[in-house]
Amino acid sequence: MAEIVHARGLTYKYEMLNEVGDVERSHIAINAVDLEVNEGEFVAILGHNGSGKSTMAKHINALLKPTEGTLYIKGMDTKNEENVWDVRQTAGMVFQNPDNQIIATIVEEDVAFGPENLGIEPKIIRNRVKEALNVVEMEGYRKHSPNKLSGGQKQRIAIAGVIAMKPQCIVLDEPTAMLDPSGRKEVIDTITQLNKKEGITIILITHYMEEAIKADRVIVMDEGKIALKGTPKQVFSKVKLMKELGLDVPQVTELAYMLKEGGLDISQEILTIKEMVDALCPLN
Amino acid sequence: MIRDITIGQYYPTNSMIHRLDPRFKIIGTFIYILSLFLVKHFYGYLIALLFIGVVIGISKVPLKFILRGLRAIFIIIILTVTLNIFFTSGDTPLITIGRVVITQEGLYTAAFMAARLIMLIIGSSLLTLTTSPIQLTDGIEKLLKPLSRIKVPAHEIAMMMTIALRFIPILLEETDKIMKAQMARGADFDTGGLIKKAKNMVPLLVPLFISAFRRADDLALAMEARCYRGGEGRTRMKELRYKRRDTVAFGVTVVYVAILVLV
Repeated sequence: MAEIVHARGLTYKYEMLNEVGDVERSHIAINAVDLEVNEGEFVAILGHNGSGKSTMAKHINALLKPTEGTLYIKGMDTKNEENVWDVRQTAGMVFQNPDNQIIATIVEEDVAFGPENLGIEPKIIRNRVKEALNVVEMEGYRKHSPNKLSGGQKQRIAIAGVIAMKPQCIVLDEPTAMLDPSGRKEVIDTITQLNKKEGITIILITHYMEEAIKADRVIVMDEGKIALKGTPKQVFSKVKLMKELGLDVPQVTELAYMLKEGGLDISQEILTIKEMVDALCPLN
Repeated sequence: MIRDITIGQYYPTNSMIHRLDPRFKIIGTFIYILSLFLVKHFYGYLIALLFIGVVIGISKVPLKFILRGLRAIFIIIILTVTLNIFFTSGDTPLITIGRVVITQEGLYTAAFMAARLIMLIIGSSLLTLTTSPIQLTDGIEKLLKPLSRIKVPAHEIAMMMTIALRFIPILLEETDKIMKAQMARGADFDTGGLIKKAKNMVPLLVPLFISAFRRADDLALAMEARCYRGGEGRTRMKELRYKRRDTVAFGVTVVYVAILVLV
């Protein structure tokens, strides 16, 4: 499978300048990260606050440029100014606060914002807007004002706005952090649909473990480095290490870990309640 | 409470007037306003009244809505009327009370000015009542476009207006929230004189500004992520096109102005 994200030794330094313009102090947000994401994959990036996961996301959309190392998005070097717009079109981005990323006062106008920026013909934009709203199941709200929508709906509009640009990859930076449980479910269902049906590569940055379980691959970041990576089962079975990194594991996984500590011979790769039931009552 | 304020009071009815090109509506409103200043006699206002009455009729906007706009300038009208009654010099005194003389000319000018003001407000509020904010900004952008040659940032002005319209309700909601939070901690926004009240606003404005700047930062990032790079090379999903009804409307306006000038 073709690689869509390819990072080698990716490093980013935040620099605080004093009044004279000299570097007062600097902070390494990402430290020599190697990362590959394949086309059509669903990758979740986990990490506590300040682990560099948001900085990582902004690199994939070329909003930030690596201080050192290289990052290729579908073969395009993000350091090269000429590629910036192509990179942003290939890898769309959805942010945390749904209110602060909707530009227009009418839903369909907002979804059209991206394609309009790309200079696409009005007729084609119209079709794309329709398609995109269909994908996120918001076609009934075309003429509505975003102010009247719920958080989950707003976030789905933001996703539609990205889809209308026909990206191959969508980076979502904690898209559910400000939503209530039902809104969170709406958004995660939409994301999974996009990945399964439309074949769009998803990079989901989150700190909800239940969301990360749905991914093909989980990457755990800590102090700007990749601390752990693998399938959800592989990553979450390392309960002790995850706790040391300041992260939780799904409750059942923790239960399995505690049962094993207590002397029960049980698999450590349990992520859902159903798997736990199957493991405990093998006859069922 | 603060959320009840309506801005850009659009009244959707999908009438003929609503469907007119916003560019024409903006120009038409200007022509109408100018025409009011051409009027020399009361007959002129009758023609203007007939014209605007017909437009209101076609627009299907209830008269109540249009008159509501007049409430805001009620004081200004009263002020204009009183000033004109008492301070217009004339030869035919009607009533004399001590030193105050009310002349026939004074009454006439007062009525004349009041009529002009009222018609002015009715005409311009009809523009915002029949044109959605988005159409209005689109129209302004297109009208200002020729001026971009002399460095007038037409697209930027329109984009700023769009964003402002989008964020007005969000910031109002936020103001409400901060106000309640401060009130819960004993802040007092209602009592005291003007200066004390203004001082009391500080704990409201500071967090509001901080939040507004943070939102601006986020929005700029989100716009950049969606490939926004200014007006150049940008297309629009909805393009404005002159239709036959716009030509007809233009013709009607020209006839109206011609009659007004000739009478």
